[in-house]
Amino acid sequence: MTENKKHILDFTVRQNLRLGTNYALLKLMPTGGQLPPCEPGQFAQVLVPNSKNTFLRRPISICNIDPNENLLWLLVRRAGEGTAALCDLHEGETLNVMLPLGHGFTLHRDGTTLLVGGGVGVAPLLMLGKVLKEQGMQPEFLLGARTENDLLMLDKFNELGPVHITTDDGSAGVHGVVTRHPVLTGGNMAHIACCGPMPMMRAVAALARQQGIDCEVSLENLMACGMGACLCCVEDTADAGNVCVCTEGPVFNINRLKWQI
Amino acid sequence: MANLSVNIGNLRLKNPVMTASGTFGYGEEFADLIDLNQLGGIIVKGTTRMPRQGNPYPRMVETPSGMLNAVGLQNKGVDHFVEHIYPRICGLDTAIIVNVSGSTIDDYVAVCERLNPLDKVAAVEINISCPNVKQGGMTFGTTCTGAQSVVSACRKAYDGTMIVKLTPNVTDVTEIARAAQEAGADALSLTNTFLGMAIDVERQTPCLSTITGGLSGPCIRPIAVRMVWQVAKAVNVPVIGLGGIMNGRDALEFILAGATAVQFGTANFVDPQATIKAIGYINDYLDRHGLDSVPQLIGALKA
Ligand SMILES: Cc1cc2nc3c(=O)[nH]c(=O)nc-3n(C[C@H](O)[C@H](O)[C@H](O)COP(=O)(O)OP(=O)(O)OC[C@H]3O[C@@H](n4cnc5c(N)ncnc54)[C@H](O)[C@@H]3O)c2cc1C
Ligand SMILES: Cc1cc2nc3c(=O)[nH]c(=O)nc-3n(C[C@H](O)[C@H](O)[C@H](O)COP(=O)(O)O)c2cc1C
Ligand code: FES
Repeated sequence: MTENKKHILDFTVRQNLRLGTNYALLKLMPTGGQLPPCEPGQFAQVLVPNSKNTFLRRPISICNIDPNENLLWLLVRRAGEGTAALCDLHEGETLNVMLPLGHGFTLHRDGTTLLVGGGVGVAPLLMLGKVLKEQGMQPEFLLGARTENDLLMLDKFNELGPVHITTDDGSAGVHGVVTRHPVLTGGNMAHIACCGPMPMMRAVAALARQQGIDCEVSLENLMACGMGACLCCVEDTADAGNVCVCTEGPVFNINRLKWQI
Repeated sequence: MANLSVNIGNLRLKNPVMTASGTFGYGEEFADLIDLNQLGGIIVKGTTRMPRQGNPYPRMVETPSGMLNAVGLQNKGVDHFVEHIYPRICGLDTAIIVNVSGSTIDDYVAVCERLNPLDKVAAVEINISCPNVKQGGMTFGTTCTGAQSVVSACRKAYDGTMIVKLTPNVTDVTEIARAAQEAGADALSLTNTFLGMAIDVERQTPCLSTITGGLSGPCIRPIAVRMVWQVAKAVNVPVIGLGGIMNGRDALEFILAGATAVQFGTANFVDPQATIKAIGYINDYLDRHGLDSVPQLIGALKA
């Protein structure tokens, strides 16, 4: 993967699409100039505006880059005060964003990649699916959510390839967690790219290891700087001990991680 | 354009704005975003004799107007620094200062000896104030005899400018400051982080793997300013002020309180360009106040 240059840019909120009560899809345009090149799985460090009680930037995955419209998409889940302030942004407001950061997903050109996402973790998979498709590959999606209402951007995923669904309450797709879905248990794909809550990523990683499928996961360790300067975000690896998730990740091959799976 | 240069012992800085150890990596991480050559100095990550893995995750938590960290001096050791990092950064036109940490006096001395021959290392900063390691670190910095023993041993091992970084986690910081000065410090920097703690109330667990950690950011600034003011009056060597500086205005608080130079730490995480903006601000401030050099402001507090 190429090392993209980091930028700090002001963006104008062009659109804030509320997705249910807990999510917002922000479409942001750089206040001057073009969006820098970004890779699927890279992330941004967003300075939270209008927020007295937050201090550090918040890491948010790059959900999509729309080069024609010069728009950056961020999908945000209301987790606490910082993300709530982002979800409540109005059109025309300004947001200071540092991007692109970290190393994203591998773009495999051999065999199918199954993109497995849970909750707001579907965010980086949209751009990954889009780029894979642009490169002539056929991505397939497995998206899990608590309920039907928590399935995000389904229409966009449907444009990119086959979409399989699970919900915890059975309100859509297969009843249960993603690892119950036949597309995953069947094991017919060459690669898995996974982003979601930790228990889900661990379960998917365990299944991938059992079946000998190559698997990458995107970690969400707590971050301060997001650029390799503070060493707060570390993950223990088999080959190099503690490494920064913000620079060596957030995407890791599961073989590097010391997860007990 | 005012003259922004200041002197720390024999070391001349092009301006008083430096970056604090552990918050700026080796500078390279910021090279896309700022011109590193504009900085007064870069104080690199705490460096130890042997490689250290640091503390287990989680190592940070945000707190009101600041953060707690428990990194625990993760670094690849002084040999790695000398062989791999120094060659990459020694060409920069800014003062490269190495933060030296250890568990025993021998550790500190070994690192100083290894750095002593490097002519592009402008100074060492002896860290006797890290709250995140079980042995050494802060324990040396909390007693006069502890401080004196480390500083005098390092003095023998290092010929260049030696800065000693003090911990705020003491009853009377001026006593430790005087002890460090007597033991041969060319300058003092303060403060390191304040020992703190945060609890996840829902889980009823500590937020950090180490339970306690070091508090930094604007929440500590008023205490740090007070300590710099006290120390600057108590010693004859230059004082370098830090603790919660976010911008040029904050930096001037420390300079007016008696600091010759300042360091930006946690601010780099929020605005990686904060240092460069501050240099411009200080320059404008001098012009606005009809002053032509920084030393005219050092300790110029009207009280
Ligand atoms: C590389 C990366 C990419 C991310 N991408 C997205 C994204 O695309 N969309 C999105 O909505 N969120 C994403 N997150 C998570 C997001 O950064 C956190 O939800 C956010 O920082 C919480 O801030 P807050 O002020 O809202 O909540 P806080 O008040 O700070 O915390 C609220 C709750 O969220 C948890 N939390 C805090 N920080 C994180 C974190 N880094 N990861 C997970 N949980 C956290 C806290 O433990 C707490 O329980 C990503 C995180 C990382 C590290
Ligand atoms: C993540 C982190 C790592 C740090 N690592 C070191 C270190 O290795 N050596 C050291 O002397 N100080 C270290 N510090 C302390 C800072 O250099 C500085 O003294 C402190 O953060 C106060 O300044 P600030 O409020 O501007 O950040 C660290 C601070 C942080 C936040
Ligand atoms: S968040 Fe600072 S090093 Fe990763």
